[in-house]
Amino acid sequence: MNPDQVRDAVDGNRRALARTLTNIENGTTTIQSVRKILDKNETNHTLESWRSLAITGAPGVGKSCLIDKLLKIWAQDGIKIALLAIDPSSPRTGGALLGDRVRITAIDDEKIKNNIYIRSIATRKSSGSVPLIVADMVEFLLMAKWDRVIIETVGSGQSEVRCAAIADRIVVVEGPARGDGVQAEKAGLLELADAVVVNKSDLSGAEKHAEELLESFQLGIGDAPPVMLTSALNETGIIEAASTLLKLTDSGRSVRARWRERLLAHNERKILESPQLDDIIISLAEGLISVSEAIKILGGD
Amino acid sequence: MATNIRIVIAKPGLDGHDRGAKVVARTLRDAGYEVIYTGLRRTAKQIVETVRDEDARFLGLSSLSGAHNHLFPRVCELLIDEGLSDVIVFGGGIIPEDDRPALHKSGIKAIFGPGTPTNEILEFIKISSSMDDVGVGADSDWNWQSSA
Repeated sequence: MNPDQVRDAVDGNRRALARTLTNIENGTTTIQSVRKILDKNETNHTLESWRSLAITGAPGVGKSCLIDKLLKIWAQDGIKIALLAIDPSSPRTGGALLGDRVRITAIDDEKIKNNIYIRSIATRKSSGSVPLIVADMVEFLLMAKWDRVIIETVGSGQSEVRCAAIADRIVVVEGPARGDGVQAEKAGLLELADAVVVNKSDLSGAEKHAEELLESFQLGIGDAPPVMLTSALNETGIIEAASTLLKLTDSGRSVRARWRERLLAHNERKILESPQLDDIIISLAEGLISVSEAIKILGGD
Repeated sequence: MATNIRIVIAKPGLDGHDRGAKVVARTLRDAGYEVIYTGLRRTAKQIVETVRDEDARFLGLSSLSGAHNHLFPRVCELLIDEGLSDVIVFGGGIIPEDDRPALHKSGIKAIFGPGTPTNEILEFIKISSSMDDVGVGADSDWNWQSSA
C-alpha cells in the first residue's frame, strides 16, 4: 500500500482515489491502514445530517434515472457527491455487467463534473444487495473530502435490508401500480425507509400508490417518513425531492433494526473474508465436515 | 476465474450500432470479468475519465462509423495525458486492414473485425493481462495478430 497514493486521493487526484478504492475493494489494503496513513479514527454513524444514503427498490422502478437527476441538482449546489452504483455478479462465473453509467449523464456536464464521482461495483461473493466492503469504500470517500456518498443498491425486493448496515439513511424507490393496498402493509424494507419516492408519476397509479403508502405509514408508530412523487422522465418533483432528501433526518423508527443489521453484516463479513472459505465450502460439499464445524473454523479467533 | 479484472467497453463518436459492443461485453462477463459499459456516443474525454474513475485495466473501443482513425488515437493520447499509460486498449468494428498499422502504433494492442470468434478476444485478454509493458503508453511493438 502506497501512502502517497492515499494522500494524493485526499488532495483531489481522481486516479489515486480510484486506485485506492480498488485496493480496498480487493482487500489489498484495509480501511484500518488507510485511517492510519491519514491519522483518522473510525467514524461513528451519526444521527444528525447524513453522509451516506442508500437508494434501493425493485428492478426497473427508475433508481438510476432518478439518481442522475438528483446528482445534477446536488452537484450544481456545490456539493461534492460520490455515487457507488452496485450491480450483481454472476453466481456462476463471477463476472458482471455494470451498466449504471449508461443512464447517469450528470457527469457529462463540464460545469459540474468535478463535483461528481461515479464508481460501478459488482456484488462479487457477497449475499444481498450491497457488498459489505462498500462500507469501507464509503468511509474512504468521506475521508477524501467527498461531502456525501450515494449507494445505489442492486434492484431488490421486499426483505433486503442489508443496506441499513452501511448507509446513514435509506430511501426506497417505488413505481406506480405496485400491487394493491395490502402490499403497502407488508413488513420488510419499507419499515426501515427514511423516505419513499414513488417514481414514474407520469404513469397512472403512482398517486394512488403514494397515498396507500402514506396511509400505511400513518398507522404505524412515530412520524411517517416523507412520501414523494417524482417523474425522472419529465423531471417533475425532482427539485422538491432533492431538497427533502438532502435534509432527511433519521426517522428513528429503525435504530435497533439497523444495529441488528450492522452486527449481522460484521459477522457475515468475517466469514466471507476468511482465506479458508473456499476450502471449507469444498469440504462441506464433499461431506467431510458439518456446518457447525465450518462455523467453528471460520469464526475461531 | 478472471479475478477482479475490470474492463470498460465504450462506443466513441456518433455511431449508434452497439450490437458488437454488447456481444463483447456479454462474452467478457461470462468469462468472469467485471465489465463497465458506457453506452452510446461518448466523447474521447468522457471515455478516458470513465476509465480513470472506474480504475479499469482494459478499455475496449467499438466503432462502425468509419471515424476510428480519428477517435481511437485521440482516446489513446488522452489516456497517456491522464497518466493512464498502463491501461491496455483494444478495438473492434469495421476497421479496414490498411488502417490497422497506424492504430497499433497509436497504442491499440488488438483489433477485432467482424467474424472474430469471441474466444479469441478472451485469449487476448488473458495473454496481455499477464504481460508487462503492453499498456497504451508502453514502448513495445507487440500486437495481437487477429484472425478477422
